[in-house]
Amino acid sequence: MSSDETEASQSGAGLQGPAPEERPQPEGRRNRHGERIDTATDAEQDTRNAVVSALVEHEPGVLAKVSGLFSRRQFNIESLTVGPTTVDGHARITLVVEETDSGIEQIKKQVEKLVPVIAVGELGDDAVQAELVLLKVRGEEPDKVHAITQMYEGQTLDAGPRTITVQITGDQQKIDDAVDAFRQFGIIEIARTGQTALARGDTPTTPGESPAASAESTANTQTADDSKSTTANDNDD
Amino acid sequence: MSEPAPPRFDGEEADTGEPTADGSDPITESEATEIQTGAQSVVAALERAGAETLFGVQGGAIMPVYDALYDSELHHVTMAHEQAAAHAADAYGIVSGTPGVCLATSGPGATNLTTGIADADMDSDPMVALTGQVPTDFVGNDAFQETDTTGLTAPITKTNYFAQHADEVGDTVGEAFALASEGRPGPTLVDLPKDVTNGETDAEPGEAETPETYNPQTVADEEAVRDAARTLEAAEKPVLLAGGGVIKGEASEEVREFARTYGIPVATSMPAVGAFPEDDELAMEMVGMHGTGYANMATTHCDVLLAVGCRFDDRLTGGVETFAPDAEVVHVDIDPAEISKNVHADVPLVGDAATVLEQVSDEMGRASDADPEEVAEGYDEWRDQCREWKAEYPMDYATPDDEPLKPQFVVEALDEATDDDAIVTTGVGQHQMWAVQYWTFKEPRTWVSSHGLGTMGYGLPAAIGAKMADPDKEVVSFEGDGSFLMTIQELAVAVRENLDITVAVLNNEYIGMVRQWQDAFFDGRRAASEYSWCPEFDKLAEAFGAEGFAVSDYDEVASAVESAMAYDGPSVIDFRIDPAENVYPMVPSGGANGQFALSEDQL
Repeated sequence: MSSDETEASQSGAGLQGPAPEERPQPEGRRNRHGERIDTATDAEQDTRNAVVSALVEHEPGVLAKVSGLFSRRQFNIESLTVGPTTVDGHARITLVVEETDSGIEQIKKQVEKLVPVIAVGELGDDAVQAELVLLKVRGEEPDKVHAITQMYEGQTLDAGPRTITVQITGDQQKIDDAVDAFRQFGIIEIARTGQTALARGDTPTTPGESPAASAESTANTQTADDSKSTTANDNDD
Repeated sequence: MSEPAPPRFDGEEADTGEPTADGSDPITESEATEIQTGAQSVVAALERAGAETLFGVQGGAIMPVYDALYDSELHHVTMAHEQAAAHAADAYGIVSGTPGVCLATSGPGATNLTTGIADADMDSDPMVALTGQVPTDFVGNDAFQETDTTGLTAPITKTNYFAQHADEVGDTVGEAFALASEGRPGPTLVDLPKDVTNGETDAEPGEAETPETYNPQTVADEEAVRDAARTLEAAEKPVLLAGGGVIKGEASEEVREFARTYGIPVATSMPAVGAFPEDDELAMEMVGMHGTGYANMATTHCDVLLAVGCRFDDRLTGGVETFAPDAEVVHVDIDPAEISKNVHADVPLVGDAATVLEQVSDEMGRASDADPEEVAEGYDEWRDQCREWKAEYPMDYATPDDEPLKPQFVVEALDEATDDDAIVTTGVGQHQMWAVQYWTFKEPRTWVSSHGLGTMGYGLPAAIGAKMADPDKEVVSFEGDGSFLMTIQELAVAVRENLDITVAVLNNEYIGMVRQWQDAFFDGRRAASEYSWCPEFDKLAEAFGAEGFAVSDYDEVASAVESAMAYDGPSVIDFRIDPAENVYPMVPSGGANGQFALSEDQL
């Protein structure tokens, strides 16, 4: 700036001004999330588990885009499930994540920012959640295995002289408990699907979501009256 | 390229000079030559979207597209290297505001583009990349020149596409073009398998449109606008921090108006340089690692920070713990994901920069019936303080007779010799910082640099893209000797296209910024930053067919600059500058902005 005299002999003074330690310094601080803090007590946030549902265009690469986002931005993900919805060409991705409140906000916004993602919602504690687990245990005590399976409303899928494989469905707590209960028999292998979830009652799972116009894929024959769109979930399963 | 020659057919009531066809108008250019292949549909889509210039390199899998370009009015600039094609397209997008287009073949062509795509992504520049791909049947077989381009570029594009069918490929390219500039801009990519571009189709691409599900919020919530106005009215020490979104959102006028109406000092991030004239009384100029002392003092001590279109990069904030620690942050951004990402927003305003600033402006003073002058008076003391800081920490350098040529002097000399709206491009390193510190920027879209990614070698290809986008403006490219060597081959392109650009090499025979950090933080152990031999850039320029100059004394500067500017074509001035010169002020990585060092011993 202001360099009217550009002759070599006109030498400026160089950078001037009080040194760092001579300058006034503000009192305040922020924590590492960029939030202003008054005391050291609220400096850190706790993490929590959250279920995030994303309605996406069912096109090649969309799953890779979502999962790539999680590793790229270092978000902690517990599980991810994906499957079709009532609308042709749409899919639902259900994510269970463990993050701070601000981390969960970032996850929702970053997922929503992906162009093939249509809508994103976080499900509350009252959401309908389920997971499926396959458990392969040692077959020495078939009666006892059967009893525990009954207790958890599960099914026996395969029973042989050496192994028994059962299936249990339910929310995460129930599955965790069931796995614990089967430990006594010696668990050989486990396969868990991860949580999938829907919002309870009339609330759409992702904001603005609505069923396909011609929802013929559902077994229920719906009356033409659309105004009260009852969900088929409750009585069917 | 200023005003493209009007198309031959001269439609009945054709709107002049507008190569894009309106959706309603059935007569289009592309109808003159009927579409027969996917590749022709790709080219028709680009024409329809309003593209005029493309930057690229030929190669096997993209050949069908080039064959279709053979019959097109589109101007294609053949670059020497694909990375440069991406940088040129990026710069074209920055200067013109419409997406720059680059093309490359599959495999190495696509991987060479990635640096430029990542650069555009970090800086949210509108750009479309079209890459050739092996035929669909070969995909996944590790075919010759196959690479998973959509997989590679997913993290560095706004979105990307693998073209599926010749009938749809034109629409896909149109969508990619529209998405690149709508909302928060960014690079998009369409991967084009050879069977799709060679495939038969007569499908005319439709209007370039974003998908129905893409609806960025442009108008901020009223309640947040009221909060913002009340927060600013209650402020005593406000700063307006303009980010790159101000320029991309065409909100420079609104920022100027807002700041001047209420008398609010303005600091800018590096991509926002030019959004606010640096000779304005309210200008605090660039904030952050190598920002001005006064900008860093003002942002550190402000009580309200109105941040518009910025993403609070770590080079801007320094340590986030000490960034504007007493300030309530009012954050305007069109991308909700930027709100509270790095710095918590007390008042989040999601929307278009210009629209939201007008909303806030309309709301200012409404609650208390205060007129703008009254609001502005409330900040009087603060403006005095800012003025004091400007006097206390002037941007200045010494030019002792017994030391070699200072780079700051060169920057100022070129600034003086050029128009106010001349475009400056740079590579990355010390020369980039001297350019931004000592050039006085006054207009948006005149500062073209690699901000977020920090790509050495950006300057020359960017100058080519900038000149193609705005041929009537003077274009000066500052490069370092290290940076220039990374893309110097593009001089061949500048000569071939006879582009009137001036490259100023600030040559200190070092990877200077690394050398500066080694001296400060690595006990002066200059590993791999010193050259034992550096080419003579003036002679190298001559060999490429450009005009070359070498300058090492103050009294040669003016005449070399004059000759270079007068030369009608690309010229290179090799300024042999003081190798010991460093970039200050400086906030060390993660440090407190208010504690910027004025010299190495203060670090």
